[in-house]
Amino acid sequence: MTATQAVLDRVTRVPGIRGALVIAATDGLVVAEQLMDGVDGPAAAALTGSLVGRLVRTADGAAMRPPTFIHLRGEDGSVLAALGPEDLVLVAVVGPDANLGLARLEMLDAAGKLG
Amino acid sequence: MKALEPWVVQPLETFLAESAARLTLLMTSSGQVVAQHGFSRSLDVMTAAALGAGIVASTEELARLMGASRFEALVHNGQRQSCMLAAFATPRGRWIGLVVFGPETSVGIVRLFFDQMVQQLAAIAPREQTPAPMLAENFETELNASLKALFGR
Repeated sequence: MTATQAVLDRVTRVPGIRGALVIAATDGLVVAEQLMDGVDGPAAAALTGSLVGRLVRTADGAAMRPPTFIHLRGEDGSVLAALGPEDLVLVAVVGPDANLGLARLEMLDAAGKLG
Repeated sequence: MKALEPWVVQPLETFLAESAARLTLLMTSSGQVVAQHGFSRSLDVMTAAALGAGIVASTEELARLMGASRFEALVHNGQRQSCMLAAFATPRGRWIGLVVFGPETSVGIVRLFFDQMVQQLAAIAPREQTPAPMLAENFETELNASLKALFGR
């Protein structure tokens, strides 16, 4: 098992997580994924990559440091993104009943091991 | 944005709005332009269409030699702008999309919304009409009419 797959394995073990991906933020492309049926990996990668890029530019424009963790909350769940090294981003698609605190801790730790 | 076929306009407008592409060219596999956005000179469009169709033909032959059915898309990443070339099936035959985009968007976003546009085009394409054979005597007239529709002059 590759290091990237190990990271995805660890994140998807958190209850309520419907899938996790490692994406290249600038290109918005999937590097590796572990998703449940019904989660569109390429779409999630493209849109999350775009979101991360815009937020990084926004933070830069406001003379702030780039974000390390992004939580996009929706009615039926959330998208979480932890920024890793070398333009890699660890993304998780979570259901409404997920343990967000645990997911955040696992993702921040795992994102540091990417690259 | 200019289109020879009116039913192409809405899916292409949606694609342009969502993808933030700078230039877009839709053409048949023989290089005949169907719609364009962002080009200001007819010469540029004709050159890009001819080159794009040639590249797709070359890569499809390369894919055949390698035992693959077809390549889905070809992306050239550049420092200031990138280019995606993708062939796709429509009820009106095989078409090619050429998209030039900058760092304000990403290849993932362009591909995502390009695929959606392809699905929309396949769904709304009129099926009844088969293209008339192109004859030498009306080639010039057809070409001039197409250029006028695409550039308004």
